[in-house]
Amino acid sequence: MRREVPLAITFITGFLLIIGFFIPHDPIGGLQSMFLQWYAIIAGFTMVLGLMTLTRIHTRRIVKRTQGFGYSVILIGAMLGTLVVGFYSGIKYKGLFELGTPFMWYYNNILVPLSATMFSLLAFFIASAAYRAFRARTIEATLLLIAGVLVMIGRVPVGNLIWNKLPIIAEWIMNIPQLAAKRGILIGVALGMIATSLRIILGIERTYLK
Amino acid sequence: MLKKIANIDRRIIFIVIVLCIIIPFLTKTVLEIRVSAPVKSAYKALEKLESGSCVLFSVDYDPASQPELQPMLIAVLRHAFKKNLKVIMMCHWPLGFPLGQDALMVTAKEYDKKYGQDYVNLGYRPGMSAIMLGIGREIRDFFASDYAGTPVDSLDIMKGVHNYGDITLLIGFEAGATGDYWVRLAGAQFGQKITLGCTAVCAPDCYPYLQAKQIEGLIGGLKGAAEYEKLVECPGAGIIGMTAQSAGHIAIIIFIILGNLSYFILKKREKE
Amino acid sequence: MFLLIFLLQLSPPLNVQVFDTPNDKGKSISIKWKLSPDDSVLSYYEVFRTTDKKHEYYSRGIVLRGLNKFDDSTQDGEKYWYKVRAVSPTDFADSEPLGPVISYAQWFHHKRWNALILGIVFCGLVLWYIKKAKHGGSLFIRKISGLEAVDDAVGRATESGKPILYLTGLSDMSDVATIASLSILGRVAKRAATYGTPLLVPCYDPIVMSAAQEVVKQAHMEAGRPDTYNESKIFYLTADQFGYAAGVNGIMLREKPGAVFLQGYFFAESLLLAETGNSIGAIQIAGTPATTQLPFFVAACDYTLIGEEMYAASSYLSKEPTLLGSIKGEDFVKLIIIIVISIGILLASLSSFGILKTSASNFINWFSGF
Repeated sequence: MRREVPLAITFITGFLLIIGFFIPHDPIGGLQSMFLQWYAIIAGFTMVLGLMTLTRIHTRRIVKRTQGFGYSVILIGAMLGTLVVGFYSGIKYKGLFELGTPFMWYYNNILVPLSATMFSLLAFFIASAAYRAFRARTIEATLLLIAGVLVMIGRVPVGNLIWNKLPIIAEWIMNIPQLAAKRGILIGVALGMIATSLRIILGIERTYLK
Repeated sequence: MLKKIANIDRRIIFIVIVLCIIIPFLTKTVLEIRVSAPVKSAYKALEKLESGSCVLFSVDYDPASQPELQPMLIAVLRHAFKKNLKVIMMCHWPLGFPLGQDALMVTAKEYDKKYGQDYVNLGYRPGMSAIMLGIGREIRDFFASDYAGTPVDSLDIMKGVHNYGDITLLIGFEAGATGDYWVRLAGAQFGQKITLGCTAVCAPDCYPYLQAKQIEGLIGGLKGAAEYEKLVECPGAGIIGMTAQSAGHIAIIIFIILGNLSYFILKKREKE
Repeated sequence: MFLLIFLLQLSPPLNVQVFDTPNDKGKSISIKWKLSPDDSVLSYYEVFRTTDKKHEYYSRGIVLRGLNKFDDSTQDGEKYWYKVRAVSPTDFADSEPLGPVISYAQWFHHKRWNALILGIVFCGLVLWYIKKAKHGGSLFIRKISGLEAVDDAVGRATESGKPILYLTGLSDMSDVATIASLSILGRVAKRAATYGTPLLVPCYDPIVMSAAQEVVKQAHMEAGRPDTYNESKIFYLTADQFGYAAGVNGIMLREKPGAVFLQGYFFAESLLLAETGNSIGAIQIAGTPATTQLPFFVAACDYTLIGEEMYAASSYLSKEPTLLGSIKGEDFVKLIIIIVISIGILLASLSSFGILKTSASNFINWFSGF
């Protein structure tokens, strides 16, 4: 039963959503939108599940004083701090997200710089990965190298200053060879996705239900 | 020496990149921007709309992508307000909501627009694909109230806005795959006209949609933002960032050339 | 004077059509019209309706000038009459009343015939090959080096006494890539349990975490080592993209895993993760259907599963005939698509020379019809 019930739910919902795509008439059409609303509600509850797991794991680490439990203290502290600031802003001000509320200050001055720092690391990692990977070892690698350099230079204003045809060449690479390869992979991905979905709906693929 | 060039310590690469990015910001050098065809199409799609048309802005990014996408959002909002379009904003990324709200409030103030009449922020709701499909039927099924809890039926701007049929253009600002879902669900199933603005790393994913005319236009990365700023004649963070980006790209190309030269010389020596 | 009044009179919208909205679940009537010749001076169009021809019409909504379509909500089975008014700041002009029209729900979406036919063909082929495989038909599947290396990677991590790090990507359980990733996780977890190698699975989504816990638990049971299963090794990290990347990078630098598996849907954080894995010298096997992230994985990882190779993983690793059959069916559909694209290219090329113009446009329209 532990396996059969989820498999039956998957089959019924999957089948109804597929036929709902072709049959707009009630009850099929109505069922489809009802399932979508259920999905939206359940998706909201996953946040609570995440919050509970996070709190449980890190509280356990703090209680057991495992190695690096200090980070757990910071995590729980930051989480509670955000919650308190959020409630305070919501109660005292008109809305949580109005300009000038403590929550927005917290968001703009802590979360934004931290996230932006992580994202900006990409620039450095891309530079070092490009330096390491772009070596003209074979003919294919040489073509990749030439295309990469042309796109890199053609996509920034300095490329236009060097030679006004460079942006056009970069655009051509993006529009023709890049797109041709991408479409090939996309068609394969789409078919793989349909086949996997079919296996899941029919209950042939059960690995996710172990 | 050649071996060292062939295997430069990545910390040296990092330092060079830092300098290439910081120096242009300090010197405030501005380069001439050439507007590309995808951005021009995006601009035209908004420009041709009648004043009073409803435009749905979907803010689907978080602070990490703010440097790339926020200048883009601000430039497009300025364009929309300049043209007296009605702006409805929503987001699929919870952390993107304050960014959208911030941009909305700043630009609305510039053009003296009133909340509830000229623009509205519906906020965040979980369940991305369900929402996208649901708007095809009735937007109120998911957004019965705006971000502050005000019922949407009490807002003038929402009167007569029920589904995609009442939204003239949808503009998605994307840091992930949300743009794909907009195209597949709102575009393919409901015929909604869509323009996408996305991070540079996501832009190549949108080219198939642009070529197949599934989207009206594409604004890619900080460069796209700079081009849009040029078109709406409101220079901002996009145009300023272009010099730094140019310097960064040139530095990477120089490293690649050095790496290849040393690789070939070493290979030749090995053969000899 | 009369001529002047006639010339100044506003023209109403032309050729107004009122009909039941097609391909819907009822409760809607569509009104379409040709723009008034005076559209440029209009403020808007206003749609009026009545349920009794003898009674007065009442407003149902306004449409901006330049637009020519309005969908009205109705009660199915009731009769409605409509007219459309062109409104300028000083004047207005009504179209002729039209009706009665009744709204009703449709049993089939007529614009989706092509999707239905292609869907039936595809599903039919996949099911046929599954059936064939069940009856013992031989099926060949080419070697996928990324999947062949899975066991080696686990072995290497075990030899070096280091843990294994497994990432399921940044998508939720509704994404097929995540499900494919969990299939590979099952295999990795079973091997790791057999060798007694610790397996760390930091998750981006709480539901994926629960599913991953179940998969790893089952793998430990199958390997005969239920005692070594530790639930806290499969944990939720954060649902913030770069917060997750920072957390995983921290784990990589602290725990120094011997093997890193990046399987699932990744975004801009892919290179941050792969480069950090590369810097600690771990053997890395990546797999994603995200085409934009593939170059980063190819540059920084030892093996990369490209797009559909990842979806084929569970079939490839289990070698179960029913699963292999579906891959065979998929390949056959790919062949059909290649043939269709080739015919399309041929017809489009011929039509540019004026040959078979109608056939080419019919062919293309049928496939792009929905």
